[in-house]
Amino acid sequence: MTDTAHGAAEAAHSGTVRRLASLVRKESLQILRDPSSILIAFVLPAVLLFLFGYGVSLDIQRTRVGLAVEVQTPLTQDLAASFQASRYFDVSTGRDRRAFEEDLVLGRIRGIIVIPATFTSDFAAHTKPTVQVIVDGSEPNTANFVQNYTQGVVANWAALRSAETMAQQPAIIPEPRYWFNAELESRNFLVPGSIAIVMALVGTLLTSLVVAREWERGTMEAIMATPVTAAELVAGKILPYFVLGLVSMTLCVAVAVFLFGVPFRGSLLALYALSASFLVPALGQGLLISAATKNQFLASQVALLSAFMPAFLLSGFLFEINSMPTVIQWITIIVPARYLIPSLQTVFLAGDIWPMFLEAIAVMLAMGAIMFLLAARSTRKRIA
Amino acid sequence: MTIASESGAAKPDAIRIAGITKAFGDATPALDGITANIRAGEITGLVGPDGAGKTTLIRLMTGLMLPDAGTIEVLGYDTRTDAARIHSAIGYMPQRFGLYEDLSVQENLDLYADLRGLPKSERPAVFDELLTFTDLKRFTTRLSGKLSGGMKQKLGLACALLRKPRVLLLDEPGVGVDPISRRDLWKMVEALTQEGIGVLWSTAYLDEAEACDRVLLLNQGKLLFVGPPSELTSRVEGRTFKLSGVAGRRRAVLARALEDDSVVDGVIQGEAIRLVVENAGDPLTQVLEQAGPDAHIAPTPPRFEDAFVDMLGGGPGGRSKLAEETRARPADSDRPVIVAKGLTKQFGDFTAASNITFDVPRGEIFGLLGPNGAGKSTTFKMLCGLLKPTAGEGRVAGFDLRRDGAEARNRLGYMAQKFSLYGDLSVAQNLDFFAGVYGLSGARKRERVALMTEIFDFGPHTALNSKDLPLGLKQRLALACAVLHEPEALFLDEPTSGVDPITRREFWTHINGLVEKGVTVLVTTHFMDEAEYCDRITLINRGQAIALGTPDELKARVATPEMPDPTMEDAFIALVQGSAERAAA
Repeated sequence: MTDTAHGAAEAAHSGTVRRLASLVRKESLQILRDPSSILIAFVLPAVLLFLFGYGVSLDIQRTRVGLAVEVQTPLTQDLAASFQASRYFDVSTGRDRRAFEEDLVLGRIRGIIVIPATFTSDFAAHTKPTVQVIVDGSEPNTANFVQNYTQGVVANWAALRSAETMAQQPAIIPEPRYWFNAELESRNFLVPGSIAIVMALVGTLLTSLVVAREWERGTMEAIMATPVTAAELVAGKILPYFVLGLVSMTLCVAVAVFLFGVPFRGSLLALYALSASFLVPALGQGLLISAATKNQFLASQVALLSAFMPAFLLSGFLFEINSMPTVIQWITIIVPARYLIPSLQTVFLAGDIWPMFLEAIAVMLAMGAIMFLLAARSTRKRIA
Repeated sequence: MTIASESGAAKPDAIRIAGITKAFGDATPALDGITANIRAGEITGLVGPDGAGKTTLIRLMTGLMLPDAGTIEVLGYDTRTDAARIHSAIGYMPQRFGLYEDLSVQENLDLYADLRGLPKSERPAVFDELLTFTDLKRFTTRLSGKLSGGMKQKLGLACALLRKPRVLLLDEPGVGVDPISRRDLWKMVEALTQEGIGVLWSTAYLDEAEACDRVLLLNQGKLLFVGPPSELTSRVEGRTFKLSGVAGRRRAVLARALEDDSVVDGVIQGEAIRLVVENAGDPLTQVLEQAGPDAHIAPTPPRFEDAFVDMLGGGPGGRSKLAEETRARPADSDRPVIVAKGLTKQFGDFTAASNITFDVPRGEIFGLLGPNGAGKSTTFKMLCGLLKPTAGEGRVAGFDLRRDGAEARNRLGYMAQKFSLYGDLSVAQNLDFFAGVYGLSGARKRERVALMTEIFDFGPHTALNSKDLPLGLKQRLALACAVLHEPEALFLDEPTSGVDPITRREFWTHINGLVEKGVTVLVTTHFMDEAEYCDRITLINRGQAIALGTPDELKARVATPEMPDPTMEDAFIALVQGSAERAAA
């Protein structure tokens, strides 16, 4: 009796292994043959990386501004030369601000900097000399940059000037030093962040699409009527896409490091441990979506809205979480990418900081466990 | 085998269905109190129009869906508690066959062999046997998505048969498959029953039902009949007749005959009319009188469909209000309404249609018949201006489709397969929309929409979304939308596939009436009953027109001493195979 039971258990076990291997093989063949999975796993990430690597930059360089020097004196010419030398500005000079107004309205320049006629006399009189900045308030970001960089240029110029003339004690000049991203290149933190986005795409979007496709094409119904179990079906879907997610991530890291020259200061172990942990909730979410929708179009919409967009907007990737409204900050708590992105940026730019990583890994795995629990509850061998 | 089968007594039950009810949402139940048995070693037909509940019943048998009430036992296992055991013992081919299109034939077989637990050692022999059986040996490396419909279906069957199931469930294996492939498949399945496998074959084609050992007849979720088909057809025994000698007037004669109180049902069969009468031995004097001097009537063997219609209380009458409200178009000249002259369409180096030529005179029904992928849809689309021909010309109502496409399209009404209505628009909104599309406005638009609403009795349903309508009403709405602008020519793409026989008769009554008023009809179909309504047919195979003639001419062409009275399907198969042999020679 126990013998036969044991034999049956063994047979069931070997059946599981064989069925699972077969499902994984099938899925892998499909991935390799399906242009859309190649597109999402490799082409889309490449496009994203290039966009963030080359296209999107949060740094302002060579912003076009008009510089109106109302009265030419050696002093104002010196200040104007400082503006012209700045790497942040592309300056066209004139005498009258009105000459630039039309350009500003038409958006040909981003701001007008006016060195007023009273500047030289005010400077000599040690009354505060002023420089006027006129910017386009409809683009607040750029307007801010122009304003801040103008202040910077003027402050630098004043400091240099006072140092040169030795007329007074030099003012205290702050010398900021940026750790980990010394040149403040936005690319250096955007590219690691975009890797998280890529994995959200592969993990959630692709997985939800392929499961929904099986429902649509009726293959799900056909394999459900075989001895395969629900757990085998789920595992057969998850494993290939888990590997695909890691392959896609590896590709992105290679591009980031070798093409964009983003520094990689941490260890590969940390990189893979973090990525693998992130894929768990991402895949679970994908399964959950497809089980609920059973329809490719709906699945892709839900995946984009619930995985891609939050990874983009609510993860600290583009916008600082600390500067979000409190309610939105609460929402970010359930966005898995929010835990991955700072850790990934750390792996690239700072190195291994394990206490931070372990915390992130634990949170992501916990989220993954919840997703899978929900997905398992909705994935039974039932059609309706 | 078992003693039971040897002695010829009832075979053992493979599936027992007891009091099954299943509803989705608040709608009327998809299945209502079904009790029936399916026996081993037989083909049981699960027969009924689309929406009758066939797929739901099969899914309940697989245990992939659970009933609201009642029980199903498959091979003695309850679907509620023993689904896993059932899955090990059955073969199931869902609609669309359940194949992975981006896997090859062999990879699909390997996958299902693994999932069904076919031991490695047995595989070479089993694969060999199934590939020979399905004639797919030459295609093992081909992706299954690149197979023809018939080949896909055979592969689907092979996958379901990998580990000799004891019960085989086939959900509409005949849909989207031409008659030749259907016949092949039937032979294969018949061979399986010899080994004691219980087969359930679901179908909307009533002619398939006749060939089954036993039949479950479903209509609107209710089981109308269980038993051998001959038992059902016996209810119309002696009541079925063929009225011939009415060539040229058959539509008018049928319309009048259907209005006769003694006539239960009538359809056109080539040059003749098939009638089912209320009482055996009815002399049908009135019908004969009206049919003209040459008309004569002879008994004909009953068919399953006759009995089904009789059971549903008989077909609709012969009057078409739509036709009555349509103004007659006089046979003004000999100019044909639809002209195809050397129509050719190439997609890359594939010739989908080659040099197709025919004329359709006013007031004729012309049919395009052919296997799937033969080029009949391509030809059809070129003639209604949806595809630009590579060479040749098409004309509708005298307008060249290439030069005056818009003019031509304004004179034709188009009814697509599956009705192509806007599901999220109400009945009234659909009518309104299509009226606008066809350029009706103001008083005329209101008048036509009101007329259609009255003729087709949309009144109580105008506010319903068209996707929520029952199939019969959808069919009516699609027709109403296509004839709103009183087109000279009607283009029908498989207009009645899957609908119940009553709805189909009602539809053809309208079409026949319109044709009598001078409307010209072009219809594509692989549904043989529809082909019988045509005045002439062109048979298309591999992009070539291989035969042109009246249905009776085509049937006569393939008559042999062994088959003196071939059906339309026999003619279709013989002609297609004949042309394939000539091409090969």
